[in-house]
This record gives sequence, C-alpha cells and structure tokens, in this order.
Amino acid sequence: MASGLSTTFAALSDPTRRAILSRLASGEATVMELAQPFSMSQPAISRHLKVLEQAGLILRRIDGSKRPCRLAPAAIAETEQWLAQLRRILEANYSRLDLLLAATPSKEPS
Amino acid sequence: MMTLTLEGDLHVVVTRRFAASPETVYRAHTEAALIRPWMLGPDGWTMTICEPAAAPGDKIHFAWSDGHGNGFSLTGESLVMEPFHRLVHVERMHLPAPTPDNHVETNFAPDGTGTLMTMRMTLPDAATRQAMLATGMEHGMEASYVRLETVL
Repeated sequence: MASGLSTTFAALSDPTRRAILSRLASGEATVMELAQPFSMSQPAISRHLKVLEQAGLILRRIDGSKRPCRLAPAAIAETEQWLAQLRRILEANYSRLDLLLAATPSKEPS
Repeated sequence: MMTLTLEGDLHVVVTRRFAASPETVYRAHTEAALIRPWMLGPDGWTMTICEPAAAPGDKIHFAWSDGHGNGFSLTGESLVMEPFHRLVHVERMHLPAPTPDNHVETNFAPDGTGTLMTMRMTLPDAATRQAMLATGMEHGMEASYVRLETVL
C-alpha cells in the first residue's frame, strides 16, 4: 500500500500530469485532445499518460485506433473522501472553538 | 450542527452556529492568541507560525507541526476585513509545492444570542485533492486532516 501511494504521489508531482487529471475531471479525452493545450508532442503526452495509468489514476479503452482516457473511479471518489475529511477536521476544530468561546467572557457593548 | 455542501462544481459552503456574539467569533478567526488554541486539526499538532492579517492587504502565514518532523504551511493575503461580520482572503497550502489559490469568504451573522457563520470556499481542483489525500495517507491520514483544515 505504501508503495502504491508513493507511485500515486510521484505521478501527481508533475504539473503537466496534474493538468491532465484536471482536464479529465470534465470528461474523457483522446491523446490528441490532451496534447493540444500543452504545446507538447503526442509521444510526450503518452509518456505522462503511461505514468498516470500505472499509478491507477486513469483508465484507457480501445476505440478503433484511439485509446481515450478517463479518470479512474478512485480518482473520482476522491472528491467525496476529501469532503468527508474536511468535515471531520472542521468539526474537531469548531468543537475546540466552542470550548474556547464558552471560556471567553463576551465583551459587553460599552 | 455543522452543514457542508457543494455549490455547483467549484464551491464548498460550510455553516456552523456558535454560542457567542459575532464580535467574539470574528475575533477568534482574526487574532493570533485566539486562533492558536483551536485551529489545529488532530490532537498533538501545534501551530508553529500564527500570523493572521491585521488589515486588508496584509499577508497571512500559518504553519503546523506534529512535533515528529511532519509539518506544512499556508500563506495567503487578506482582501476584506469588515469587523465583525465579514472576512475575505485568498490562501494556498504548501505540500510543499503550492496548491492553486483558494478564495475564502466568511460571514458572521447574529443568530439569536449567538452567531451563524457561513464560509464559502473554492474546491481545490481534482489533482490537488488527490495530492492532499495521497500525501495525507502516507502519514496515516493525520497530516491530511491538518492540511484540509487549513482550507479555513
């Protein structure tokens, strides 16, 4: 599991690959479509896609001569995970804030 | 008591009621001595740098440590400070690479004898969320909780 996460993190450490994932968040795309905004050759984009595929972040299917890419389900479910973590941390923080507020005498308007 | 909802594809809206006046809750979000005790994430973490903005235009700098070599920081700039009802700022986390800017607007409205706080923030892009989850899991999720908490 640790090596899997290291692979994930390594895959995410590159700004181009992060931009590719953000693009795929809005839907499936071909290598040609992905290469367009990056002023990068299709082989260069393909190498990035291979890294993302090995990290389990994207899936590719065969459509004639094309191999369109899409986000892997785990990469999609991450929004829900992220929101669940955000909720937990905010609830912990605000519970502490409740205690602080209870211990802080309110300033009366003078 | 707390609600957390997605608004469209880009925003997260959090509401929370507090049993204190808007002035007191506002100050707990803007004064270092009042921020330090609660803006922590998991137990055991401490704020090593707590430099909130004193006026619009000021820089914001927060950093956290778990005391075992794990830490991270957040920098930002205050855009609006309207005592004691509205705060707007931009912020980014350093993982250590900076995340895209998050725009955060916080309102403090009187609600009976207490305060209803509404915080509206930008959802990090898909790759940033992945990075935050992935880095957090490498530290047994704890660091991630703290990172996420900095979206405050």
